[in-house]
Order: sequence, then C-alpha cells, then structure tokens
Amino acid sequence: MVFTAGTLFAQHSFTPIDIEDGGRLYRANCTVCHDARGDGVPGIDLMHGKFRHAKTDDDIAAIIRTGIPGTAMPPNNFTDFAALTIVAYLRSMAAATATTTSGGDPARGKAIYEGKGNCANCHRIRGVGARSGPDLSDIGNLRLAGELEQSVVDPDAEVSAQNRHFRAVTKEGATITGRLLNEDKYSVQILDSRDRLVSVKRVNLRESAIVDKALMPSYKDKLSHQELSDLVSYLVSLKGVEIP
Amino acid sequence: MKCLLLALLAPVLWGQVSFDRILNANKEPQNWLTYSGTTLSQRHSLLTQITPANVKNLELQWIFQAQSLEKFEATPLVVDGVLYTVQAPNDVVAMDAETGRVFWVYPYAPSPEARTCCGRVNRGLAILGDMLFMGTIDGHLVALDSKSGHPIWNVTVANTEAGYSLMHAPLVVKDKVIVGTAGGEFGIRGFLAAYDARTGKQAWKFYTIPGPGEPGHETWSGDSWMHGGASVWVTGSYDPQLNLTYWGVGNPGPDWNSDTRQGANLYSDSVVALDADTGKLKWYFQFSPHDDFDYDSVQVPVLADMEWKGKLRRVMLWANRNGFYYVLDRTTGEFLQGKPFAKVTWTTGLDDSGKPVRVPAANPTREGSLVYPGVQGATNWFSPSYSPHTGLFYIDTWENYSSVFNKLPGDYVEGRRYTGGAPRSPVPSLRGTQTINRTEEEGYGVVRAFDPKTGARKWEFKMTDVTGSGVLTTTSDLLFAGGREGYFWALDARTGAELWRESLGGPVDSGPMTYEVNGRQYVAVSAGNSLFTFALRQAGN
Repeated sequence: MVFTAGTLFAQHSFTPIDIEDGGRLYRANCTVCHDARGDGVPGIDLMHGKFRHAKTDDDIAAIIRTGIPGTAMPPNNFTDFAALTIVAYLRSMAAATATTTSGGDPARGKAIYEGKGNCANCHRIRGVGARSGPDLSDIGNLRLAGELEQSVVDPDAEVSAQNRHFRAVTKEGATITGRLLNEDKYSVQILDSRDRLVSVKRVNLRESAIVDKALMPSYKDKLSHQELSDLVSYLVSLKGVEIP
Repeated sequence: MKCLLLALLAPVLWGQVSFDRILNANKEPQNWLTYSGTTLSQRHSLLTQITPANVKNLELQWIFQAQSLEKFEATPLVVDGVLYTVQAPNDVVAMDAETGRVFWVYPYAPSPEARTCCGRVNRGLAILGDMLFMGTIDGHLVALDSKSGHPIWNVTVANTEAGYSLMHAPLVVKDKVIVGTAGGEFGIRGFLAAYDARTGKQAWKFYTIPGPGEPGHETWSGDSWMHGGASVWVTGSYDPQLNLTYWGVGNPGPDWNSDTRQGANLYSDSVVALDADTGKLKWYFQFSPHDDFDYDSVQVPVLADMEWKGKLRRVMLWANRNGFYYVLDRTTGEFLQGKPFAKVTWTTGLDDSGKPVRVPAANPTREGSLVYPGVQGATNWFSPSYSPHTGLFYIDTWENYSSVFNKLPGDYVEGRRYTGGAPRSPVPSLRGTQTINRTEEEGYGVVRAFDPKTGARKWEFKMTDVTGSGVLTTTSDLLFAGGREGYFWALDARTGAELWRESLGGPVDSGPMTYEVNGRQYVAVSAGNSLFTFALRQAGN
C-alpha cells in the first residue's frame, strides 16, 4: 500500500513504514530543539506547516540535510530519501486528524458557532466575540481537527498551559479572575473578566490559585454528530489573517 | 647581568597576569582572574564594600548589549580595570570595567559545520600573561593578545564535523591551558587536553573514556567506548598543594538508550582528578554509573578545607545534576557524604560508598517513564558557591522537576545526533519563554543553602520560574543569583532574606561575579543578551 502524504507530495510517495521511519528519525534527531510537537523553536511549527526558511517539502528536506549555517540548525547526514521521510512524517502528523467527524460544512458550522453554540460568548474570531476563552482566529493552523473535536466534547481532557485561568482574593476581599498570561515571583499578569490587562501584585493577595481546568462546558450532548462535524469543519477553516 | 636580563624579560613574557597572581587571586579581590574567581572555584569574593546594610542602594552603572541572540553564558574576567568577556558564540570583547566602553572586539566566525547540542554559546575566557584563551564552538583553542585582541595562535583541539565543540572557559595551570571537549550528544569520545600557553603545542591528553588496555575500558560493552560521549562542559579546579586538577565529566551516549553500552561507562558522570603536569589519572569518583537520564556531572568542582569529624580535611563539594550533593575527600576521592537536595525518584538513595541504588522501574522505556529530576537535572552547569565566611554551600536548584524519559533506537553516524530518546517535560529545557503559565507542581527554581558538614538545609529562596544562574557570595555575607524570570537578586547569605532585586528583562544564564575599580565595587551579571553592572549609588548622584 502506498500512502501519499499531503498535496505537496505529488512527486514523493511513501509507505506507512517509511513514515514510521521518518518519525523515528524525527524523534531521535529533532525533538531536543523542535520538541515532539514540532513547536519548540519560536516562530516554527513543523507539524502545522509553519516554517521560516522553507516553502516546499523539498526545501524542508534540503534544510534537514544541510542545516542553516549560522543558526542552531545543524546539518544531518541523511540521504535525500531519509530526509523526505521526516517531511512525510511531519505532513502525516498534520493530516492524521484521528477525528470521528468528517464531511462537515463550514458554513453550517459557522451558524452553529454564532447561534446554537453561543461560542462567541467566550471566544473571539477576528475581533468579534469575547476574550475569556482562547481566540480562535487561527485555530485551524494551530490545532488538528481531532484535537478540536476533543476540545468541544471534552474540554477538560487537555488544557494548554496558555489557556489556564487565575483566581485570587485580595486582602480586601475582592475576587479577581482572568486568563493567566504570565507570572513571576512578585506578580501575575492576567486578562481579567472585564477584558482589562491587569498586573496583580502577589503581596496584595490573600489567596490565589491557577485553574487548569477549562471553564468551557462540554458540547457532547448538546450537538448532534452532524452539527459537531460542521462546527469542527468551521474551526479547521479558520486560518488567521491573510498577509497580502 | 644575566639575572638583570631575565628580570627585564620576565614582564615581556608574562607581563600582566602571572600564574602566581592567579593562584593567589584572593590577595587581589578587585580582580577576577579565572572563571570561578580562584582555582578553588568557590565563586566567593573577599570584597566587602557592598553589604547587607547598603545593598539596597545598588544601581545600574552600564550595560553591554551583545550583538548576538544566543544565550549570554560567559562569566567575565577583570584585570586591573579591564573587563574581558565573550559575545556568543565566539567574539571576544575587552572593555573599560568602570564604564563599559569597548577597547576592542575580536570577531571569530566559527565553521558553518559547527554542531552544538544546546546553544551556540561560550562560558568565558582564561588569561595568562598578556594572553587570553578561548575555546570555540568549532573545536578550536585560540590565544589572543589581551591588549589588542590580535590572535597569537589557533589550534584545532577536535574535529567539529564529528560533533566536537568547546564551550567552557579554559583553565590555566602553571604554563598550560586546559580544555575539555563537548559533543556528547553527537557520539564523540570526550577528552581533556593541556596546551603550552606560549605555543599552543599539546602537552597532554586524557580521554574521559578509557581505550583498549586501559583500566575502566571494560566498563563499556562492545565498541560503545568509541562514541560514548563523556563530554566536558564546564571549567575545572586546581589544588596547588596536591598539584591535581579536577574536572566534571558528562553523560554517556547515547543519552537515553543504554542498551549498547552495558557497564558502568567510566568516566562518564564522574569527577576525575588529574596530575596537572602530565594529565595522569590520580583518582575518580563516579556519581551516576550507567546513566540513562543525561545526569552528566557538568558542575564546577568546589574545593574547600574544613574540619570534618574532628579532623581538617581537604574536601570537594559537588551538587550533581542527579539530585544529590556530595562531599568528597579531594586527596583520595573518598566519599564522605551524599544527600538529595531536590526531589529524586530514580534511586532510593546512596550506599555507603556513595553509589546510587537504582529504582528498577525508573528507566527510559519505549512508552516513556516519569522520573525526577528531569532531563536538565536538579541543577546543571551553572556554578554553586561556597562561602568560607558562613560555612554554607549554595545551590541553584530545579525543584519538582520531572521528565518523561523514552528510549528510541538509533545508530551512530558521524556528526549526527546520537541520543537514543526524546524526553519531555512541562519545563522547557534550553530556553525560557517570555511568559510562564506553570504550576508549582510542574517545577520551579530555588536557591538552597546547606551546611556541608551535616547536610542540613539552612534556608531556601523560591522563584516562580527555574533558573540558569550561578551563585556568587561575598565575605560581607551577600549572595547574588538570578533566574529565568529575569530577576537578579541580592540575598542575605545567612538567612536567604531578599535584600535587593532588579528586573533585567531576560533570563539570567550566567554566573554573577564582582570586582573593584578605583575603590568602587561592581557586581556584573548577564541576562538575555546583555551584560549588566551594578554599584552603590554615589553621594551626589
């Protein structure tokens, strides 16, 4: 069986074993810098097609082999084929959505997002909606369909560190809540419940905690399978602001 | 007449910094003549102008902004008002230590073939006479004229295409410059080598992995010794009375898959004591035999003399990446004491000889195994400090820090990474992000003070993020340290109380140092991409 990974792979075909080998090479050689998720180097997200220096898969394979002089990216003594198996692995990870939903309609999904789902009460897309949940403007670039589906039906299953919330009570008894943006020994930076960027001094707090559960309700029993497919399809279509 | 001629020639040969000055660096605490302050590597200064009472008046004097986006890991040297440092990867800079004005820059372009595991960085310089010495990330040792920055000689220590590199500040002992090779993540066979300071000619070489026929070779199965790593990442120490130089040795390779290297894998994860004249091994102590967590012993050997159970002993203090801190007799290598200083799950403890008792289930596996401390260790290459004044040993520590260690197959190919796994952790290994969203259970940084005689923890100072900073102490009982969240602190070395802080806007990835010019004490530390210096506010300012 021949597996063709990604639209850019018209000239390269790989078997699942090739892709598995590419994954093995990736994990053994690339993850110290790029991380297993491919997003370890700022500005680069290998498993979501976000590169600095490469446009095509052959470009990526060439960089894997020759490195980028003057940067931390070293040359690697891979054959052309071995380098391309790594690219195939990266592409397969992007394509392996492991989703139960498929064939959704993005337009119907948008209607669910804006209507029945009430998603904009917490989320924001291109400047419209609320900010208490993650901004979804480019979520299609950042998350795979399967991950999005899981977040909709089981929001607590995996909450990214950048989506944690902060809850505190001041010495005067006031409660402060918001999205945790940053923290250090003396202060915490949040986007509070009134959409203000606030820096809270720990010395003024009576108690505080990081909430690593999602504040979002599960939509498992609120959406039909088709509605879920439509919603995920819409989210996958969100690719951020186009740069002319 | 002959004597007069020699007397006239001597300053020309070793005009500026004689080895006698380096050996007696504590007699001129206004200078910082070697990486850790003295060859005993206590990173402790006798300067006392800045005190717990007045440290609140510290203020910024000048900043040197490096033209580099790499981590700024170098500890500067200061000689009679001139500060020397390295702009990563390998540009040497000389500047006025009082103002930061640059005298000269020696630009060095490493080979594009240079391979570094963990950043294109450099940790500092050595000086002898009028010559500065730098190891480069492409495996060269370079000697420069300290007045002009012009190169005097440049020798290849090891082949960069095979993964060798030099990161640490060289150590000058007598007329020799000693360096060790990094590259353990590329399947090197590590070594230390000494070079004649005048000529660059190699004087001796000590492989950190014994070859066929040498004692310890049997601790490597098959041909694994040929690519077993055992790097040297940080500067060693020197005891002039024993004429021994001590060096920490890094992990065996491949890091996380030990199937092909059965045995204890000497001298990986060890301290080696070498005759400084010949490089012959006097003794060794292996902290983590047959390591498969990358717990390399990349720490500065801290030498101190103290009463030990009623007897004055020449000891070595060692806070290891594996989570234990040790006291060794540095004459013989005898294990005197070892206790955990952070959360440890890979062992149930040390036996009477200091050997760890492994937890059978704590091994890298194909699926992954959760182990404390994580891959970067409970501490790492950044320097601890020992204060003879307080008698305490200070360790910058990563607490509650874990990794999931997995094991992957992989064959050695020259110049390619050879690690056998890819551990994961909630704490980023090599670079801090500009925001932190972690809980305390996922890992944090802390400075801890221990009484080395009893092993008792005296105090701790917790941070929110982890730290890549070394620790500096002074005889006025101040402690300086920083962290990834960008703060640089002055603490009370006796209590850990915070006395002063400054936000430097970038992670502190270096060891602080202190010096004095024209009667004024300065404290220097790098953070982000810049070097910062502080001094007490002057009357009228």
